[in-house]
Amino acid sequence: MTTRDLRIAAALAAVVMLGTTLTFAVAAAEASGAQHGSPELPPPQRGLLPSMRIAEPAGWGDRRPAVPQGWTIKAIATDLKVPRQTLVLPNGDILVAEGKGEGAPVLRPKDYIAGIFKSKGTTSVKGSNQLTLLRDADGDGTFEGRWVYAEDLNAPYGLALVGNQLYVANQDALVRLEYLVGQTRATAAPVTVARLPSAINHHWTKSLAADADGRYLYVGIGSNSNIGERGMAVEENRAVVWQIDAGSGATRTFATGLRNPTALAFEPASRQLWAVVNERDELGPDLVPDYLTSVREGAFYGWPYAYWGPNVDRRVQPQNDNQVQAAVRPDFALQSHSAPLGLSFVQPGFAAPFAEGAFIGLHGSWNRDAPVGYKVIFVPFANGRPSGPPVDFVTGFQVDGKTMGRPVGATLDPKGALIVADDLSNTVWRVTPTR
Amino acid sequence: MHAVIAFSSVPLFLGALLSDWAYSSSHQVQWVNFAAWLIAGGLLIAGPALLWGAIDLLRSPATRHRRGLIYLTLLLATFVVGFINALVHGKDGWAAMPTGLILSAVVVVLAATASAVGLANTWRRPA
Repeated sequence: MTTRDLRIAAALAAVVMLGTTLTFAVAAAEASGAQHGSPELPPPQRGLLPSMRIAEPAGWGDRRPAVPQGWTIKAIATDLKVPRQTLVLPNGDILVAEGKGEGAPVLRPKDYIAGIFKSKGTTSVKGSNQLTLLRDADGDGTFEGRWVYAEDLNAPYGLALVGNQLYVANQDALVRLEYLVGQTRATAAPVTVARLPSAINHHWTKSLAADADGRYLYVGIGSNSNIGERGMAVEENRAVVWQIDAGSGATRTFATGLRNPTALAFEPASRQLWAVVNERDELGPDLVPDYLTSVREGAFYGWPYAYWGPNVDRRVQPQNDNQVQAAVRPDFALQSHSAPLGLSFVQPGFAAPFAEGAFIGLHGSWNRDAPVGYKVIFVPFANGRPSGPPVDFVTGFQVDGKTMGRPVGATLDPKGALIVADDLSNTVWRVTPTR
Repeated sequence: MHAVIAFSSVPLFLGALLSDWAYSSSHQVQWVNFAAWLIAGGLLIAGPALLWGAIDLLRSPATRHRRGLIYLTLLLATFVVGFINALVHGKDGWAAMPTGLILSAVVVVLAATASAVGLANTWRRPA
């Protein structure tokens, strides 16, 4: 090796070392993290890779979900095509909304790779875009009747019945069908009440609730990204709850900053609208709590600028101090990443100790090493407000690292049962008190 | 030939650096999304060049090993730091900053130096 070669080699070694040193210095600076947030929340954390534990699907075999002593669970319909939400009709028939939106385009290489992983934890069945009607004519607990009530819908999700008007929240529109008690098939094509924001549709589910007199419908519209990484232009009319006039179809924004309000329901005593909301990912296993909250008219719940009240999410730039300060703290925290998708309040007369409160279907986590969710919980209420910690109601969806089911809709049957839609095993479960 | 392939990753890594710089100064989030694709593209080119270069080095006469090794080390460093940078760019929005910008600059320097050494080696070879 000549002197000149040595000099070149030395210069090159210096470049490599500089590069490596800078890399490690930056990584170390990042690992220490910036501390912010309210005292009960851990500081945000995110390694080079997001924590991920994708459900490993397995068949139920002889297993069944577990329910508390004094209750039994039974599959009342199997081999559905992605059942998500259910509606119990006045005659006890059950409507099941089946379908799945999957239109959001890949934004970055990350989305392509993450998409492959996440799809392993869901059913391979294609959503049917229909409403299936289930009937137990003789009241023996076996739903022997099964019909396709309506088809050619577009990823139907939210369901509500007001008088003889059946409202269905498709991923792109709120539609209406005339429903007559005893029908097994809709007699006319759906009529569009209002178009819903559907460009990109990263979070495609449109949740739905009708107020007591049926004058207004409320539709939950999820954000188009985790925290605005597609740009804020595509977030117009996203992460909001809309109020829709049932008569005219006129829409107005009712509340904002709710990242993904996946289920809406009215609390029967106070007639207040509540929502379960899926909060943001990639800030650590115990951040940010998903939540159950009353939805106040005009309130801003933080997304994307802040979480759980005025805790700044520094990933969102430029920041917006006014919005951060305006962020309302939600009423009741659920476990981070547990993915609440179903919400139903019990009606007076439901079996104790579940006489007042809400059932919540938790679809289960992906952004966490130790899985959470994968169960149906009960949040007790008193005087129209949450009054204690959540209690497990249906569990056993995930056992020994295998996932047999993932709960979505949890719907109260006024006869004293709970209907749970499971979009992994494509089953509808019915939980009843043992007589 | 593999040095030419390695060299063609430089514009992509440079593009990523410029996109990161645009994001860090404008806060327009699409710039960092562009950068993520450009880095992935750069790695898709640098990877095969690295593999080919390694095979070439093993097959070449021992007298040429030293300079070839320098080139390969640089290319390996490009790939490794580039890969870490791709993971950093997998973070959402501003979470990729300022790490992503710094790493993008490091990768451009590494890729350019690797290519320069590699190309110089090629030209020095007897025809």
